[in-house]
Amino acid sequence: MTQAEIKLCSLLLQEHFGEIVEKIGTYLIRTGTQPLRMIVNETGLLLDQVKKALCVLIQHNLVTYQLQKRGFVEYEAQCKRVLRILRYPRYIYTAKTLYNDTGELIVEELLLNGKMTMSAVVRKVADRLTETMEDGKTMDYTDVSNTFVRLADTHFVQRCPLIPETPETPDAPPPPAPMLVINEKDMYVVPRLNLIGKGKRRRSCDEEENGEHKAKKQKQDGESSEPLPDDGIYWQVNIDRFHQHFRDQGIVSAVANRMDQTSSEIVRTMLRMSEVTTSSSAPYTQPLSSNEIFRSLPAGYNIVKQVLDQYLTLLADDPLEFVGKSGDSGGGMYTVNLHKALASLATATLESIVEERFGSRCARIFRLLLRKKHLEQKQVEDFAMIPAKEAKDMLYKMLSENVVSLQEIPKTPDHAPSRTFYLYTVNILSSARMLLHRCYKSVANLIERRQYETKENKRLLEKSQRVEAILASMQATGAEDAQLQEIEEMITVPERQQLENLKRNVNKIDASENQVDETIFVLESFIESTMKKP
Amino acid sequence: MAGSGAGRGRTAFTFNIDALGFGKGAALPDTVSKPPPTYPSTENKPVPLKTGEDEDYMLALKQDLRATMKQMPYFLAVEEDREVIERYRKKYQNSGKEHQTWTPDWRRLPREVKPKKKTKKGANPKKAKSFESKSNLDVLKKIEELEKKDDEEKSEDEEDKKEDKPKDKEGDDDEEELEEDDEEEHEEENDYISSYFEDGDDFGDGSDDNMDEATY
Repeated sequence: MTQAEIKLCSLLLQEHFGEIVEKIGTYLIRTGTQPLRMIVNETGLLLDQVKKALCVLIQHNLVTYQLQKRGFVEYEAQCKRVLRILRYPRYIYTAKTLYNDTGELIVEELLLNGKMTMSAVVRKVADRLTETMEDGKTMDYTDVSNTFVRLADTHFVQRCPLIPETPETPDAPPPPAPMLVINEKDMYVVPRLNLIGKGKRRRSCDEEENGEHKAKKQKQDGESSEPLPDDGIYWQVNIDRFHQHFRDQGIVSAVANRMDQTSSEIVRTMLRMSEVTTSSSAPYTQPLSSNEIFRSLPAGYNIVKQVLDQYLTLLADDPLEFVGKSGDSGGGMYTVNLHKALASLATATLESIVEERFGSRCARIFRLLLRKKHLEQKQVEDFAMIPAKEAKDMLYKMLSENVVSLQEIPKTPDHAPSRTFYLYTVNILSSARMLLHRCYKSVANLIERRQYETKENKRLLEKSQRVEAILASMQATGAEDAQLQEIEEMITVPERQQLENLKRNVNKIDASENQVDETIFVLESFIESTMKKP
Repeated sequence: MAGSGAGRGRTAFTFNIDALGFGKGAALPDTVSKPPPTYPSTENKPVPLKTGEDEDYMLALKQDLRATMKQMPYFLAVEEDREVIERYRKKYQNSGKEHQTWTPDWRRLPREVKPKKKTKKGANPKKAKSFESKSNLDVLKKIEELEKKDDEEKSEDEEDKKEDKPKDKEGDDDEEELEEDDEEEHEEENDYISSYFEDGDDFGDGSDDNMDEATY
C-alpha cells in the first residue's frame, strides 16, 4: 500500500469510526496480517479496546480474519474497501435514483451498519419513513420488503457468507474462528419472511417519550429473545454491482457526448440486457443480435429497424470501438467492448488532466504521443508544429512529472549515449497509476484542510449550536418575537459572516472530495480491467 | 576509462547534446539542488466544480453520513479521564446522548474477540458508587471523631472540608451540622481565618442610604 493510500485510509477511519479504530486499522493496513496479541503489543491500546475495535471493523467488512493451521487467528485489513467509504454518498444516491426513497434508506442502513438481517433492515427503514410521512400515515412493511427483494434480484445487495450448518464432530471443541462459506447460487436468495407490520412513529410529547423509552427498551429486549426466522442470514451491499452500474453510466454518457442521444439509448439497452449475463470483469459483453436489441428498446423510442441497423453500424465503425461487431447472424451480432471503453475513458481523463495542468499545447503533444506511440524530439516538434524551444521545454516539464517517459533504443551494444535513440512515449497504465496516487493524496489533503478549518472555528460552531438549541426550545414553548430576536443577536454580524465563510468552505471541500472520487473510480476501474486480463 | 573531457572544455557530455535538443551554446536549465517547494505556484487555475441538483444532494448526503456515523455505537471515541470535579454543564450536555449498545453476532466472530467478563461494564458503575459511598461514610466517621477531640478552630476547618467534599451527596447529618455554624463562618467562604483580622469600629456602621457622598 502506498503512503498516500495509508494516509487516506487512516483519515477516513478516524472521521467515521473514531481514534481507536483508526489506530488499529492503520496498523493492520501498514503491516499486513497480524494476530491479536501482536496488535495489542504494537498499538499500545488496551486489550478490551482492541477487541471492540476489531468487532466494529469486521462488522463493516473492513477487516477479515483467517484461522491459521497452527490454531491462531490472523486479521487482515482490506485497504481497498476502506477507500470505498469515500463513495458511500454515491451509492446511496444511485439507489435513490433507481428505487426511490425506500431503496435509498435500505442502502443507507446497510452501509451504516455493515451487515444486517432483512427483518432488522425492513423494520428500521419503515420506522424512518414513517417519521417523514404526515401524521396518521405509516409505512407498511410489505412495501419495504418488496423494494428489498428487488434490490436482491438485481444483485445490489447480497448475502454475507454463512456459518456452516453442521459441526464436524459434536465432541470436538468449537474452532477458535468460524469458517464462513457462501454458495454462489444462494447469494441473492431472499428468505421467506412474513413481515407484517407498520412503521412506528416516535411521539413528540416529552412525558410520553419517557414512558415510551422504557416500554421500547423492554420491547427490544423481548424481541431479541425471540429467535427471528431469518436469524443468522445477514445482508451486505454489493459494491461491485454498484461499480458496474457506474461504469455503464460512464459509457452511456460518453457515447451520448460523442454521438447523440439515440445511440446512447441503444448502448444503454445493450448494457441492460447483459447486466446479469456478463460478469463484471469480462472484456466484452455477450453478443447480442440486432433483432434482440430492437425488441428490447424502451417503449418511447420509435425507430425503424433499418435506422437501428444504421446506428449499430456507425457505432461499430467508430474509432473508439465502444461497440464491436462479432458476427452476422440474427441481423448482426454486436458486443460492447468494456475494456476498450474503460481504456478510452481513462485516456480521456488523462488528456483532460494534462490540458488543465500544463496547457493546451502540452495537451497537443500528449495526444500526439498517444497516437504515434514513440517519437523522437525532432519529430515531436515537426508533427505538433510547435517551435523547438517551447516543445523541448514542455516535454521536459511533462517528463519531470512522469506523464511521458523516455525509451532508449541503442544502436550499438555498448549503449553509448551518442549512438542511442531516445524516444518519448506515453505509457497509459503507469501514468494512470501515478495520477491515481496523486488523487489519493489530493483527497487526503482536502480532508485535512477541512478538519483544520472546522477545528479553527470550533468555539464559534459550538456557540451557534447552543444558540440554535435555545431558539428551538423557546419556539417550542412559545416565545415572543422580541425575545427570539434578542437571542439571535447573541451571534454578532462579523461572527455570522465567519460562520457563512466556514460553511461555504466546508461545502466546497466536500464537493471537491466527491468529484475527485469520480476520477478515482475511472482510473481504478481501468487499472483493474487491465490487470485482470489474462 | 578516459575522463569525460575534464579540463578540456567547459561542459562536455559523453553524448551528443543535440539529440536532446540543446543547440550549441544554448543555456542549460537550472540544476535542481533541493526538493520542489511544498506549495508550488499554480499558473493554471483549476476548473470550477460541477454544480447541479445531483451534486448538491450528494453533498448533503455526505455531510449527513458523517454526522450520523459519529452517533452510531460503532464510533469508539477515546474516553476522557473522569473529572474529579463534576462540571455543571455535564448535566445538560450528555443526558441527550443515548448510546445504543451494540452486540455483534458472536457466532460469526473468532472466540478471542469476545470480551470475557460480560458483567465488566455493569461492575464499574457499581464499584464507583460503592467507592464513593464508602468514602462518604469514612469522612463522616472521621469528622465525628475529630469533633469530639478538638476546639472551635478545628471545627471551622472541618466545616469547610465538609462543604467541599460532600457537595452532591445526600448526607442529612452534614447539613444539620453545617446549619448550626452557618451564621458566623459562611459570610465570606474563603480560607482566611477571620479571627486574624479585627474589623474596625466603622465597619457596618455607615448606612447605605447616603451614597451620594463618596467615602475615602
